[in-house]
This record gives sequence, structure tokens and C-alpha cells, in this order.
Amino acid sequence: MADSDRLITPTMLHPARVPVWVVNVGILLVMVSLWPISNAFNKYLDPYFLDLLIHIGIAIVLAVSLNLINGITGQFSLGHAGFMAVGAYTGGVLLKHYSPHGAALPLFFLGLMILGGLAAAAAGVLVGVPTLRLRGDYLAIATLGFGQIITVILNQIDSIGSFEVGGSAGLHNIPIVANFFWTYLAALLCVVVVGRLVYSQKGRPFLAVREDEIAAAAMGVDTTFYKVAAFVIGAFFAGMAGVLDATVSGNLDPAGFNFVRSIEIVMMVVIGGSGSITGSILAAAILTVLPEYLRGLESWRLVIYALLLIVMMLLRPEGVLGNREIWPTRRKLFVTGR
Amino acid sequence: MAILLQQLINGLAIGAVYALIALGYTMVYGVLKFINFAHGDVYMVGAVIGYALAVPLVNAGAPAGVTLVLIFLGAMLGCAILGFFIELLCYRPLRNRPRLVALITAIGVSLLLENLFQNPAVFGANPRTMPHLFDIKPVISFHVGASPDPVTINNLDLITLGLCLVLMIGLTWFVLKTKMGLALRAVSFRFDTASLMGINTDWVISVTFMLGSALAAVAGVVDAMRYHVEPLMGLSQGIKAFVAAVLGGIGSIPGAVLGGLLMGLVETLLRGYLPSAYSGYSDAAAFFVLILILLIRPTGLLGKPTAEKL
Repeated sequence: MADSDRLITPTMLHPARVPVWVVNVGILLVMVSLWPISNAFNKYLDPYFLDLLIHIGIAIVLAVSLNLINGITGQFSLGHAGFMAVGAYTGGVLLKHYSPHGAALPLFFLGLMILGGLAAAAAGVLVGVPTLRLRGDYLAIATLGFGQIITVILNQIDSIGSFEVGGSAGLHNIPIVANFFWTYLAALLCVVVVGRLVYSQKGRPFLAVREDEIAAAAMGVDTTFYKVAAFVIGAFFAGMAGVLDATVSGNLDPAGFNFVRSIEIVMMVVIGGSGSITGSILAAAILTVLPEYLRGLESWRLVIYALLLIVMMLLRPEGVLGNREIWPTRRKLFVTGR
Repeated sequence: MAILLQQLINGLAIGAVYALIALGYTMVYGVLKFINFAHGDVYMVGAVIGYALAVPLVNAGAPAGVTLVLIFLGAMLGCAILGFFIELLCYRPLRNRPRLVALITAIGVSLLLENLFQNPAVFGANPRTMPHLFDIKPVISFHVGASPDPVTINNLDLITLGLCLVLMIGLTWFVLKTKMGLALRAVSFRFDTASLMGINTDWVISVTFMLGSALAAVAGVVDAMRYHVEPLMGLSQGIKAFVAAVLGGIGSIPGAVLGGLLMGLVETLLRGYLPSAYSGYSDAAAFFVLILILLIRPTGLLGKPTAEKL
């Protein structure tokens, strides 16, 4: 039977699939083209807007990575800032100690981003393996506790050997390395990894755990493995965002990674839509820009945030986008070929 | 020995306050199976109301005893009303939604209260000290062994412990001997069946919130007198009290009291006996305790294990 004889052909079910390698090369090209774009931005863009763009990029990494844990796997974590702190301090301390120059710097920084991510991922294993046996609100409190423990510890440590950590005074004068290129490289990587994970066969168990943990386990899904996996991948990118965050302003303060920071990231996920990657990106951008417009109302800003969160939960608890994406054929963008 | 005894007394006084806050967490968890994240901030509002009432009363020259009674009653009433409206406006519409939605809303309420009171137009972020009501001085002191320093109990500790004892006896009487208490136990035992038996579950839940909030208000006023009043005071106290509730077994009323007292003792002993280089870590102690209980005995000391139902 020829293809044309069938009522429904494979190409009708999956119209115009782009081969994997084309998409991969495309992503690679975008990544490479970030470099000249970044240089051009450095030269021509208003530093204020560039700074805002970089902060949006970091927020995107944080929100999308937390979405993997909270929105997609359904494990409510309140400790994302803790993982971010692990990465930020790994990056900040090493960068300040070695402060490489010239051609070595980009290579060093790339290694640092990966190292910061790995350190946070290790923390993710450490926290995740014992606590992920807990459900819902207990997990939320346990991860909140982890975040608090991290800030308490960072407040106490002034130095490790010859490495300056800063203690409660904070770590200052870290070389400023993070720019548009590094930030959006991390953001693109995060979005591609999380997106491909979620909208592929490998991502089904994550969604199954969210929808019904008991049913998923009954279907043979190793729920603990997927919960820890989500935690570790999410923590990795949070650590990466931390390294970026440390090298944007050059200052680190343990108080900057407290509970409020975690809540801000949770808000991005919740408002954008738990489970929607594009929703997280959108919410990350809006919630980063919004405070700039609320400057005159600085003392009311967090009151407005809190009201927004409550009203959102009462009227549309699934977030603006729910678990949909902005584009209709969401799978096509992330998953290609077979 | 004398030092240890003194530490234990201090620990009990601190623990009694934790117990009062923990009762609110545990009662709400009992009926609704959800963590009222905003409870610590209700405690803070209690302290603020106590402060706001104490200032004019002291300025008007009211006697200390009258002022004390009025600020406690005022704070309890104010927080009961606050608790009632928080439940009515924020949690009731979400009762049939996933618990996570209610948890996020509770976080929202908590953030709202904290930031509202941090606003200079409302209260401001700076800590304020309660107006002077009475001198804090030892009222009981006795010698133990050969130690030259006496073991003392000051009047504030005595008031705290006495108040907690009275309130806990009152709560026990309410829960065990009144019709409302019976309804409360029925709702926490099986929500749906209780409503089929003609219990007005909405009202029972409202009463639970009002009671818990009033108890938190007492804790707030006591801490306002002991330390000071600030909008973020509920954050750490609230979390410690929550840990106390989990330690005792969340949902269990005697458990909350036991957990609160234990938390107070652990904290004081750690602070007293930990080498000073590590004393900064005592802030994290509550979380270590929490993670340990959750791992070893998630149902807490007095909680009963429940099977997951499909």
C-alpha cells in the first residue's frame, strides 16, 4: 500500500519535520552569533538596558530550571536560591582567587559556569535524596530549610584556606565577567535542555510523577529517580545562574540568597504557568522589568507582588499560560526526527 | 548543675512561646491538612497590636496590670478577626483545589503581611521596643549545690509559663469537653463524614483559625515584651514553631506543646553549650532538627502514621 492510499499518512501526523542535525546546527549557530551580538550590544546599547537584559537572562535560567522541578515534576521546592548560592559562591570565590586575564578568561569562565553548576547539582543530590521522599508541603518546608541553612553557613565562613569567602560582610570586588553572551548562552542551553527533556519520550515520567505519583509508580516509573533527576538538573542550572549572578555586579551577599529570592523565582514559575517553559521565560522577563517601573512605589512593590500572587492563585491557579506554550506546535521546536 | 537548671528554665519559657504558635499550625493542619504559612505573620501582627495598644495606654498612665490585660485581650481579639478573614478570603475559595495552591496562597498572605507592615506608612521596617510596663526582675531564686550563683526565675518567664499553662488547659477543656471541640475533632478525623453528620464545617474551620490566631497573638505579645517588635519577627519564630509542631507530630495538640517545649530546650542548650565559634550555627539548628525528624520519624513524636489512600 502506497503512502497516498492511506487516509492518514505519517507526514500528516507530523507535518514537515526538520531533521535533527539541522536544528542542532541552528542552535549552535544562534549560540555562536550571540558573541558578535553581545559585542555590538556592549558598544551601542544603553548600559542600563544591557544590564536589564542580562538580569532577564539570569531570571530565565532560574525560572525555567525551577519549572522543571516545580511545574513539570510537581515537586514544590522553596530552596532554589540555595542552589543558586552554591553556584554563585563557587564561581565568585574561585574567580576572585585566581582572577585570570586575557585569553584565559573566557575559557576559565566557561569552566567555572560548569563547575558552579556541578557544585549546585551535587548539593541537589545531597538535599534531594533524603527529602524527596517527602510530599508536597513537607518538601516545601524542607527545601526552605536547606536554603536557610546555606545562608547561615555562608554567613559564618570567612575563608576556606587561602580562599576568601567573605562571611556575613559578603564577598566584594569579584571580577565582572558575565555579559550578554554568557548569560544568553546559559539561558539558551537551559531552555533547550529542559524543553527537549519535557517534550520527548524521556520526559514523560516527569509529567507522570506530577500528575499522579502513585499511579506513575504503579506503571513502573521509578518516581524517586525522576524526582531526584529533576532536582539535580534544576540545581545545575540554578548554580550556573548563580555564577552569572556573582559576576554581574561583582558583589555577593549571603542575604541575597534568602527565602525572598527563592519566592521571587517561584513567583515567576507560578505566574507564567507551572509546566510552561515559554510561560516561565515570559514571566521571568516581566517580573524583572516590572520593578523598574514600580521604582516610585518601591515600598509597595512587594505588597503588590504578594497581592498579585494571591489574586493569581484565587482566579487562575494554573498561571497565565497553564501548561501550554506560546507557540501551538510546541513539540516541533524541541523534538525533531524520531 | 545550677547553670544547667537555669538553662532549662530559660528553655521552658522560650519553648512555651513556641508551643503557643505551634498549636495554631497543628490545629489548622488537623482540620485542613495544609500548612498555614502565614501563621508566623499572624503572630507578628499580634505583637504589633500589643505594641500599638501599649503605647497610648502607658502614655495615659494606666496601671501596669490593666495595660497588660488589655494588650493581651486586644491582640487576641485583633488576631482572631485577622485569622477569620484570612481563612474566609484566601483559603476558603481554594478548599477543593490541590493543596499546593493553598500553600502558595498562604505564602502570598505571609508576604503580604510582612511587606505591608514593613511599609513606613503602616509600621516601618525598624524594630521598636515595647513601652516600659514593669521591671523584669527575678521573683524566685534558690541555690542549687555549691554554686555561688542562684537559679532565678524572673517575672516575665513566670507570666509566660503561667499564661501558657492556663491557655493550654483552656484549650484542652475546649477540645475535649465542649460541643464545638467535639465538632473540631470530628472534622479533623474525617472531613466529609463530619459534614454529613450535620456539622457546620465552615464554621468549625473559622473557629480553628480564630483560636490558633488568638494563641499566636499571646505569643506575639510575650515576645514583644521579651525582645522587640518588627515586621519580620514572625519569619524565624514561625518556622521554629512549625518545626516544633512537626516534631511533636503535626495534627496532635499535646504533640505541639511537647514539640514546642523540646525546641525551646534544644535551642537554649545549644546556645549555652556550643563553643562560641559555632554559636552562629544555632540558627540553623531548627532546620537540622526538622530534616532529622522528617527522615527518621515523619509522623513526629506523638503523631500516628497514616496510610496513603487512593
